[in-house]
Amino acid sequence: MADTVSSAGVPAMLGAKGHLTALEWIARRAEAFVIPVASMIVGMALFSLFILAVGKSPVQLYETMWRGGFGSWFSIQNSLSRAAPLLLAALCVALPARLGLVVIGGEGAIVLGGVAAAATGVATSGAPSFFAILAMGVAGMAAGGIWIGAVGALRHYRAVNETISSLLMAYIAIALMNHLVEGTLRDPASLNKPSTEPLADAYRIGNIPGMEVHWGLVVGVIACILSWLLIEKTRWGFAARIAGGNVRAAQVQGLAVGPLIVGFTALAGGFAGLAGMLEVAAVQGSANASLAAGYGYTGILVAFLARHNPLAIIPVAFLLGGIDASGGLIQRRMDLPDATVLVLQGMLFVVILFSETFYGRFKAFNPDLWQRPDLLKGPDLLKGTA
Amino acid sequence: MSDRGKKAVGVETIGMTMRFGAFTALEDVSIKAPAGSFHALLGENGAGKSTLVKCMMGFYHPTAGDILVDGREVAIASPKDASALGLGMVYQHFTLVPSLTGAENLVISREKVPGVIDWRKERAELARFMERMPFKLPLDVKVAELAAGEKQKLEIVKQLYLGRSFLVLDEPTSVLTPGEAQEVLGLVRAMTKAGDLTVLMISHKFHEVTAFADDVSVLRKGRLTGTGRVADLDHRQMAAMMIGDQPIAALDSRADPKPDAEIVLKVKALKAPDRTGLKSIRIEDLGVRSGEIVGIAGISGNGQKEFLEVLAGQRTRDAGDVLVKGSPYGASRAEARTFNVRFIPEEPLRNACAPRMTVAENMAFRTFDLNEAGKPINWIKMSAIRTFSARLVEQFKVKTASLASPISSLSGGNVQRAVLARELTGEVDLLIVSNPCFGLDFSAVAEIRARIMKARNAGAAVLLMSEDLDELLELSDRIFVMSDGALVYETPIAQASVQTIGEHMAGHH
Repeated sequence: MADTVSSAGVPAMLGAKGHLTALEWIARRAEAFVIPVASMIVGMALFSLFILAVGKSPVQLYETMWRGGFGSWFSIQNSLSRAAPLLLAALCVALPARLGLVVIGGEGAIVLGGVAAAATGVATSGAPSFFAILAMGVAGMAAGGIWIGAVGALRHYRAVNETISSLLMAYIAIALMNHLVEGTLRDPASLNKPSTEPLADAYRIGNIPGMEVHWGLVVGVIACILSWLLIEKTRWGFAARIAGGNVRAAQVQGLAVGPLIVGFTALAGGFAGLAGMLEVAAVQGSANASLAAGYGYTGILVAFLARHNPLAIIPVAFLLGGIDASGGLIQRRMDLPDATVLVLQGMLFVVILFSETFYGRFKAFNPDLWQRPDLLKGPDLLKGTA
Repeated sequence: MSDRGKKAVGVETIGMTMRFGAFTALEDVSIKAPAGSFHALLGENGAGKSTLVKCMMGFYHPTAGDILVDGREVAIASPKDASALGLGMVYQHFTLVPSLTGAENLVISREKVPGVIDWRKERAELARFMERMPFKLPLDVKVAELAAGEKQKLEIVKQLYLGRSFLVLDEPTSVLTPGEAQEVLGLVRAMTKAGDLTVLMISHKFHEVTAFADDVSVLRKGRLTGTGRVADLDHRQMAAMMIGDQPIAALDSRADPKPDAEIVLKVKALKAPDRTGLKSIRIEDLGVRSGEIVGIAGISGNGQKEFLEVLAGQRTRDAGDVLVKGSPYGASRAEARTFNVRFIPEEPLRNACAPRMTVAENMAFRTFDLNEAGKPINWIKMSAIRTFSARLVEQFKVKTASLASPISSLSGGNVQRAVLARELTGEVDLLIVSNPCFGLDFSAVAEIRARIMKARNAGAAVLLMSEDLDELLELSDRIFVMSDGALVYETPIAQASVQTIGEHMAGHH
């Protein structure tokens, strides 16, 4: 019935062209590295103009940024701590993106994941810490997963634009969190900053031995690696890439596009919810308004910079964590508001979005054009998409 | 604008050459269309036809060569210059605004439209203009409600209304019924004979060229390979100029039909909404037997696409049954596998491929989740996918620079070859195909039709939907006509007549 895949004799059939030479392999992958790096440099140059306009020295700024983010063991640990939630928040964007969905509401899943984890931690008090922490993680993932999974379901079954709905759902989530921590779940002892009851110390997640960085970083890195395996090596990932590449082709192949979309968005939301749980269990100790710290939004930038490749998310999250971490030092040393780094992030994002138009344009990255100049298509002004 | 007494202009190109980087799209092409002539331009895809007319229309700036209008050299730097000289083009696909009426479309297409439009005055002027036109059209009806032939006429009228006296028609009959095509081309022909218009028609239908054109020029790989009076050339000579001496795949001789073979596909009392949601498609009874090709003719937009979508599981149905070998069929991956059902949708790059994924990955869409023994697997092996694709690329002669190239870098014919390779390997019991040769060149068309015939002879039941009547007549054992969402006519191939089929396509019965 199905074709058997013979493993006998690959080469010789296409001559030298059929086999991927090392150079060709490198060229095809270099594009996804060179263009984002070049875009970052352009974004930083534009940001320099902004710094000059407010009368400061860009050189001093970048130097300060380096010191604040990466210059010492202390600042590296600080950057890594901030990278931990970014890893998971970026996965919330990257996984749906492989299916062709632009989900930007990870913040909502983080916040709800945090609240669900805090509530679970309080409810399970007395249970052995391993089970309590596990239950908190599951609760956080479930809350985030349901939230973003609903976005995916709305998209597929009711054709609601996922970008808009995820953003609006994030507002709802934040309002819901405020409602809960100021109402039902409020610890009466939290006067200035309404919070849920603090977690028992046994339920807190500690630091990686020898570092001032909590275990969330390890969880995030593992999540990235698992996501990469899922997308690149499993049949569900392959099916998702088909659906993301062309949903009609996926349907004609009989792939269950709906369950794929709901599954991937739910997993994506689950990772963001896990980020919320880690913020509660490792950083805050309870759920409160600090959960909406903007990691969900920075995660969007991380995912786009990484071109939605889960492995690339790891270094990019560290980089953006560093930029984030340097905000305080910039404020103190250069008398600039710490929101300055947000201006940089915004500029980077605009340049990154713009750089999407450059993919496939450079001959150096396109081995097809090396061997077959006749494949080069002339500009086609009159032809539509048909 | 609307007062045009201008007579036809003659247009000539001399030594047109167009290079895109290292690639030469057009080399030293000289063609001549004297005033009042009907000139046909033949050539395969990629032969340079559209590059040539884009140079004439000012969309491209030729690397070398001149354009003469009425014998004088002119500089055409932009489409604006071309229209000032009276050169216009009618595109293969409609460019009218469907939600506006014909009159509104005409008025807004003018270069200068007043800020406030005096519709009473415009209507009176339009009525006067239409009196001079041989085309009769309802101008107060929304374009969306016009038939394809009327839309095509309106496109041509629009160009004339804009004062053009030299028209390029890009495959003007590809969406028309044979009857409509005859009518539109006949009217255009009459205008050229009267000396009101010069026409350059891009076409690949030899019978149209023979019936309507005075002269023909043939391009191959960017060069002019022949030109002359149509009266002096027969179809075989024109085909030879178009494709050179490359061999054409011969159709398998048709194995004898077996009238009592198993009915593989059965559709009963099917009802589904069409894309507007206002009407529905209804297929009362359709059976396709093993070893036969059932063709479905029809003008696009009469429900063929929706019918195909129902069969492919992309559209829900309101009522009725789709049975494959007697079992209800819902187009899931498991069912398609059990019953060996394959789909080849039209425009493969848009409907059957993920353009940015590699050739190897695209060719594995049907089998990536199976191992060598055909058992489901969870972990994908890229090496196995590459091996599998390399073999198919060789078997089906897919021309690709590399297995790792994105499939969108392939030519249309090679994308279709890749899709055929994917769908036609292994045992096929039911093959559902839609417009498989749309936009492909000569040799690819012949090869793809040969593959379909081969699948039929090997025992597959084939349902072939096509807007190309010649293709249906060549391949089918039986032909149905689909019109307004229903199968309105059936004929065995032996009794099929283009005339009758055309009338049913137009809904005249």
